[in-house]
Amino acid sequence: MLELIDISKAIGGEILANNVSLRLEAGTCNILLGATFSGKTSLMRLMAGLDRPDKGELRFNGKSVIGVPVQQRNIAMVYQQFINYPTHTVFENIASPLRIAKLSNAEVQRRVEEAAALLKISKYIQRLPAELSGGQQQRVALARALVKGADLVLLDEPLANLDYKLREELRVELPSLFQAKGAVLVYATTEPIEALILGGYTAVLHEGRVAQFGKTGEVFKSPCNLIAARAFSDPPLNTASVCLKNNMLVLEGHDDLLRAPAPELVEGNYTIGLRPHHVRLDSRGPGDIELRVKVVINEVTGSESYIHFQLLDQTWVALVHGVQDIVPGNSISCFVDPKEFYYFHPRGEIALLPQSVRVG
Amino acid sequence: MDRIAHRYPGSASTEMDYALQPLSMVWEDGGAYALLGPSGCGKTTLLNIISGLIMPSEGQVFFGDRDVTGLQPQERNIAQVFQFPVVYDTMTVAQNLEFPLKNRGVPVEARKRRVAEVLELLELSEIAGQKARNLDAATKQKISLGRGLVRTDANAVLFDEPLTVIDPALKWQLRAELKRVHLQVGHTMIYVTHDQTEALTFAEKVIVMLEGRVLQAGTPEELFDAPAHTFVGRFIGSPGMNVLTCDVAGDCAFVSGRKVYLRNNYGLAQGSLELGIRPEYVRVLEQVDCPEGLAVSVVKVVDIGRQKILHLLLGEQQLHAILREGTPVPSSPVVLFDPDHLNLYCDSNLLRPPDRGRYP
Repeated sequence: MLELIDISKAIGGEILANNVSLRLEAGTCNILLGATFSGKTSLMRLMAGLDRPDKGELRFNGKSVIGVPVQQRNIAMVYQQFINYPTHTVFENIASPLRIAKLSNAEVQRRVEEAAALLKISKYIQRLPAELSGGQQQRVALARALVKGADLVLLDEPLANLDYKLREELRVELPSLFQAKGAVLVYATTEPIEALILGGYTAVLHEGRVAQFGKTGEVFKSPCNLIAARAFSDPPLNTASVCLKNNMLVLEGHDDLLRAPAPELVEGNYTIGLRPHHVRLDSRGPGDIELRVKVVINEVTGSESYIHFQLLDQTWVALVHGVQDIVPGNSISCFVDPKEFYYFHPRGEIALLPQSVRVG
Repeated sequence: MDRIAHRYPGSASTEMDYALQPLSMVWEDGGAYALLGPSGCGKTTLLNIISGLIMPSEGQVFFGDRDVTGLQPQERNIAQVFQFPVVYDTMTVAQNLEFPLKNRGVPVEARKRRVAEVLELLELSEIAGQKARNLDAATKQKISLGRGLVRTDANAVLFDEPLTVIDPALKWQLRAELKRVHLQVGHTMIYVTHDQTEALTFAEKVIVMLEGRVLQAGTPEELFDAPAHTFVGRFIGSPGMNVLTCDVAGDCAFVSGRKVYLRNNYGLAQGSLELGIRPEYVRVLEQVDCPEGLAVSVVKVVDIGRQKILHLLLGEQQLHAILREGTPVPSSPVVLFDPDHLNLYCDSNLLRPPDRGRYP
């Protein structure tokens, strides 16, 4: 188990980690989700002991590892940019941590072959890295991390440079490979979908802080603040400022655009959040509210349409099934169900979850 | 393009050594195209032949009636945007946009007017006077896009993976802006990517490539509904199309020994036969509600929020299905394939039915 207790770190006035506390169990996949510069890599460097925190405590299986050099801890890291020894064969690249640990040739052979088979690179084992595609080279780096049998495995956007389809395959396989070995797996990504597919636990990072940490599905469904909700929405979360008054919910300053019975919340100002797939083109019942909006553009993927429209000063997206023949510039009717709104306080904390989430 | 082909110097002259196999294609003025495929498929080679960075080893390139095969990129009047921002740090945002116009001797009045337009279009007006140096990568890439779009007289604007380095949330915004710009300005645009969502949402026509060959050129809808090749079916869609080995007799297919009715009569189809069905068109039901369904076992359920992706086994064949949000996974599941969306493949190529059978 890896424990971070109130870890902070700043370099040259720039805050990289801000009071971070996390408990990561052995055999689990832990995702650091956040935009570029949200602090994912900085946090991984602190976990590995490559950087020393200004304050806070770092424990592995109960023992402090602050100041313990990375070489003395059993850690494997894989970066976005694949790193291999260019003059060594794939076999020797994977074997390198085992050679350093002075394992017998037979044992090295066995472990390398096992890892190569799991990552589907057995065919290329006698080649040099330069003779492989980018995806294959990254598999070599991952196999080396796997073979090491590390207690802590840090994967920093390991699939970001790979082709989209290859990413899809690998992200399904990766966590189970490392979890089976009982490692604490930490995986950094900018992509919400990647986090959802990987499962496990997710820490949403924002400006060096942990906005929320919990089971991935829980964080997705029950964000505790607007930052976590936004980080976990792809397409981006639709938001608007609303006002609750006299048992009615209205768009701030535009009660003609959106008007609905208020939920059970104290009167006042809130931000609502609505996921794009909950904006529909047809009404599903009397609880739905019609929005008349102007279409900015319509993106069609073949199976789905992403209709971008303007709601006051915000651009909203409706993610709907099928190919929708909608002309930009035209006005259309969209339907939203206030029961599916997230309500946030002006400072961003969650005020009320959608009904389906509350009921569970 | 008339019978264009390319071999890199030093490669042998067998068909397999073509980086780009012989290809003829017409690119319409004002069209939005995407070249989509995995690394090494030849998409960047094709793009470079259009821009003139590569002179094809065979064939001719015409702009209208004019043969430009031997012309340098600057003589072709083409604008390009690359994966990483190309921006002059010491210039302001506006100066960066003005630079390509200055180079081409556009009069100062026209220059200022055009720069203001593009600033407005990309919502960069507020930072027009700032030096580019301290801007983040995404804003710099936006400036790069602006430099590509600023020249009204460009014959075409080419994009080589322009959004690869951009975070997901901003990607949504930039992609939408590009599309909006295309609608407003009407440049011919060609966009290279390995990301299907980018290709499908941006382009009117997507050209899917593999190993130097064009497998299919079609609208997003065509690629989704009737992939011409099993590779296209798998590559487009997330997850891609299910491809199941089968036997066929008349209007029946047999998948893992189970009968599936087809919409068409294929007679006695010969060769290596496969059935293609998209996960979106696989209905998953309880066996008691649908005794005629094909029994499957559930291997894995991946909840990605708005839908669940089911990993199923039908006999010994793997199959993906999609369940909408809120739909429970059946306890003894069976699947039904929507007959309107079943495609039959012979040796990986889409088979057109020999007659319309009993469904005229």
